[in-house]
Amino acid sequence: MQIGVPHESRAGERLVAATPATVRRLRELGYDVVVEAGAGERAHFPTREYVEAGASVAEREAVWASDVVTAVNPPSHDEVELLRPGATLVAQLSPATHPERVTLLAERHVTAFALDAVPRISRAQALDVLSALSNVAGYRAVIEAADEFGGMFAGQVTAAGTTPPAKVFVIGAGVAGLAAIGTASSLGAQVRAFDVRPEVGEQIESMGAAFVQAAGATQEVSADGYARALTEDQEAATRRTYAVETAGADIVITTALVRGTAPTTITAEMVAAMRPGSVIVDLAASGGGNCELTVPGERVVSPGGVIILGYTDLPGRMPQHTSQLVGTNVVNLLTLMTPAKDGRLVVDLDDVVVRGMTVAKDGEVLWPPPPVQVSVAPPPPPPEEPAAAPGPSPAEAAAERERRTRRRTVLAALGAALAGLAIASSPPHVTGHFTVFALAVVVGFYVISAVTHALHTPLMAQTNAISGIILVGALLQIGSASWVVTAVAVVAATVASINVFGGFLVANRMIRMFRRDTPRESTGVTT
Amino acid sequence: MSATAVVQATYVVAGVLFILSLAGLSRQETARRGNVLGMIGMALALAATVGLALEQSARPWQVTAALILLVLVVGATVGTWRAKNVEMTQMPELIALLHSFVGVAAVLVGFGSYLSEPHSDTVHLVEVFLGVFIGAITFTGSVVAYLKLAARIRSAPLMLPARNVLNLGAVVASAVLLAWYLAVAGGPAGADSGLVPLALMTLIALALGWHLVASIGGGDMPVVVSMLNSYSGWAAAAAGFMLGNNLLIITGALVGSSGAILSYIMCRAMNRSFVSVILGGFGAEGGMVAVGGEAGEHRETFAAEVAELLTNASSVIVVPGYGMAVAKAQYPVADLAEKLRGRGVRVRFGVHPVAGRLPGHMNVLLAEAKVPYDIVLGMDEINGDFATTDVVLVIGANDTVNPAAQEDPRSPIAGMPVLEVWKAHDVVVFKRSMATGYAGVQNPLFFRENTAMLFGDAKDQVERIIQAL
Repeated sequence: MQIGVPHESRAGERLVAATPATVRRLRELGYDVVVEAGAGERAHFPTREYVEAGASVAEREAVWASDVVTAVNPPSHDEVELLRPGATLVAQLSPATHPERVTLLAERHVTAFALDAVPRISRAQALDVLSALSNVAGYRAVIEAADEFGGMFAGQVTAAGTTPPAKVFVIGAGVAGLAAIGTASSLGAQVRAFDVRPEVGEQIESMGAAFVQAAGATQEVSADGYARALTEDQEAATRRTYAVETAGADIVITTALVRGTAPTTITAEMVAAMRPGSVIVDLAASGGGNCELTVPGERVVSPGGVIILGYTDLPGRMPQHTSQLVGTNVVNLLTLMTPAKDGRLVVDLDDVVVRGMTVAKDGEVLWPPPPVQVSVAPPPPPPEEPAAAPGPSPAEAAAERERRTRRRTVLAALGAALAGLAIASSPPHVTGHFTVFALAVVVGFYVISAVTHALHTPLMAQTNAISGIILVGALLQIGSASWVVTAVAVVAATVASINVFGGFLVANRMIRMFRRDTPRESTGVTT
Repeated sequence: MSATAVVQATYVVAGVLFILSLAGLSRQETARRGNVLGMIGMALALAATVGLALEQSARPWQVTAALILLVLVVGATVGTWRAKNVEMTQMPELIALLHSFVGVAAVLVGFGSYLSEPHSDTVHLVEVFLGVFIGAITFTGSVVAYLKLAARIRSAPLMLPARNVLNLGAVVASAVLLAWYLAVAGGPAGADSGLVPLALMTLIALALGWHLVASIGGGDMPVVVSMLNSYSGWAAAAAGFMLGNNLLIITGALVGSSGAILSYIMCRAMNRSFVSVILGGFGAEGGMVAVGGEAGEHRETFAAEVAELLTNASSVIVVPGYGMAVAKAQYPVADLAEKLRGRGVRVRFGVHPVAGRLPGHMNVLLAEAKVPYDIVLGMDEINGDFATTDVVLVIGANDTVNPAAQEDPRSPIAGMPVLEVWKAHDVVVFKRSMATGYAGVQNPLFFRENTAMLFGDAKDQVERIIQAL
């Protein structure tokens, strides 16, 4: 089948749904790839490189007429018209906010996969475009803020005086928020971050930020892994926290998006309370913005001199890496749907990942998909233990232990008494042997306990060789007057001597292999 | 000063040398010295024994000397040939085979001792009987262990009905035979009548040894091999008692306690009692149901991606398991480690005590591939470091890295100490398929978000990663 990679038609878009590297992997899956001339130019991928990777170049119409079309952005009305009935479209489609687009695609009998509707389960992470884009956006948000901010992120102590580090407040510790936290703290800023989900506190702290919590405001993750909208009480508590935190921050990065819509986190009042020159980056601008003053796609300055960035193309501002990430998501999706690697697409709607992303197929709208249980959700608790069989209480356990110790002591004493009796009743020379035996066992115990685990195999070979000492007994019997005894002794001595020689030599061979790492400076002059 | 006195003095020296030899093995730095001390002790003991044998010879001494020479030449030739040619991955088989030699020698020496002095006191008769009993169990037990390790027979445990009753019956029958044997051998009938119960007991003990090891699964072989190591020591000690030879007693006791300690260490590392291992039945291939069955989604990765991951890592821990030995992947793994170290990546190896089929097996394989031993660490040394490690490569290990041992009290391996690889930033598991490990337990590690699976032959995959680097 043929995969078409069109030039993104949205104004200012610099991304492309495939890079030369991902084209190569698509070719490995057995697909032919057609790239619209210049599709990757704005992401710095010359058309020549696509050709080298095995793609052919075609005009817009031919690309859109491919069996499978993969794009970053939703197709325009014209572009949908260019799709052949029965064709497959892989793109971000925001089915929740644009149902009419899905209907249109279904009417054209297009099989459509929304890259932005991936169920949040572990396996599907590799094809989650939103994750990939959010990560880039979080990074870029900090870069944009740094550009606008009139100071340095890292605190400086210089001869000309001291500057404090920038104070960054991040709202929402999703992928974008965490990326922003990491980027800002690696630039040297003091980062505080807020999230309504208490369980992400650890992740926030692991990225280098202080976790800010609003008393009484917690949020639960819904069964399919996305954040849920807040209740009113929670809203009030969180709003108070926002007010305090934003007022003290130089830079606020807000990333709250619940299913494509942006709740208001920063009111005009809060903006007014911020210092002039502070920067707000609204990563939820595409959903209308978290800040009341945000104008999606624009940079605005509040009456109080606060700069509010509502850019919606942050990932597109780093087209090279973003395209590579999106392209890899597309490849991973097609890998999933091309089990035979023969260039033939198999849509398995029983697969929850595929089902979740399929918004239209065979003229039917398949959005929204049935809810998916996320594998990270806690499993149902195991059935209660029957009340009749409670575990032993600590007191009982201690008593049991004591009983066992006592029993063991009695047994040991009994054994010692028996052994003593046996030894006492045996002839004197045997008693001497027992002495030697007992002492040797004790010595052996201490000597062997000191052997490092790494040498246990050579140790076994060595003890093996030593236990070939039974050869001594056999040798002494060889000189016997009876030929039967001699014959038996010769056989015994032969096998025992194999043991002695084999055991020692193999232990030696192993021991010689163990070598210490020679310190690099002592290896001498390298030529 | 009689010849016997000189020989006894030599034996004392040899005994001390053996103790020093094992003490030397405690660290890599002194291990070679330990090995050589053992050889010297053995040479001294043998020289003294040959002298004594010639002096006591009932035949013309030239005949005895010729026989001894013949024996030593054959033993040296075969032993040297085996030692030179064995592959390190086959070390468990070789060691099991060598154990069986000690067992068979103990049996034969016992018979020889009985035949040369049939009319001795009861104590000696008991010593002979015990020596033969232990020797016979060691012999067949080691043969079965050898066959299982060499994959000549199925390594699944033999599950006879009422197998514990069978074992107990064999011991009781041997005790009855001992009574019979003491009654006739001490009497006037003489040697030949005592031979019958002795031979019958030998057959029973051979069967017992066979059955004991046959009912233990392939994965418990580290314990079995060290247990047989222990038995071979006790067999030598028993021979020492019957011959009145202190050197044999000392050596036998050393080896016996050595094997016993190794078995104990192995059992503790698997969180199982020694008795439960010895009674067998664990580790039936496919016989155990995956308890809990928390199957989930796993993420597959490819050599090129792993190479990229490694390129960006600053610390890497390799956790090898038996699968590495099977795939003979130790050389490419060592190569990979060397390459990464050349780039300044901190590479270390984490070895679980029961990884492989012999205590310390992984260490020997890595040493063979010239991995310096100071970057090969044991479980306790490295477990704290996983949290600060970028990438962990799990190569052919499964149960020893199973988080269920710590997290799921219902798991059959609950409580077994494991390598906490899942705490690392990324984990790559090299595996042939999604099959469960030896314990038959599903491994939730594979379904963790930071775990990626790299399927295929470990050796090929590691080589591919090296190429991609």
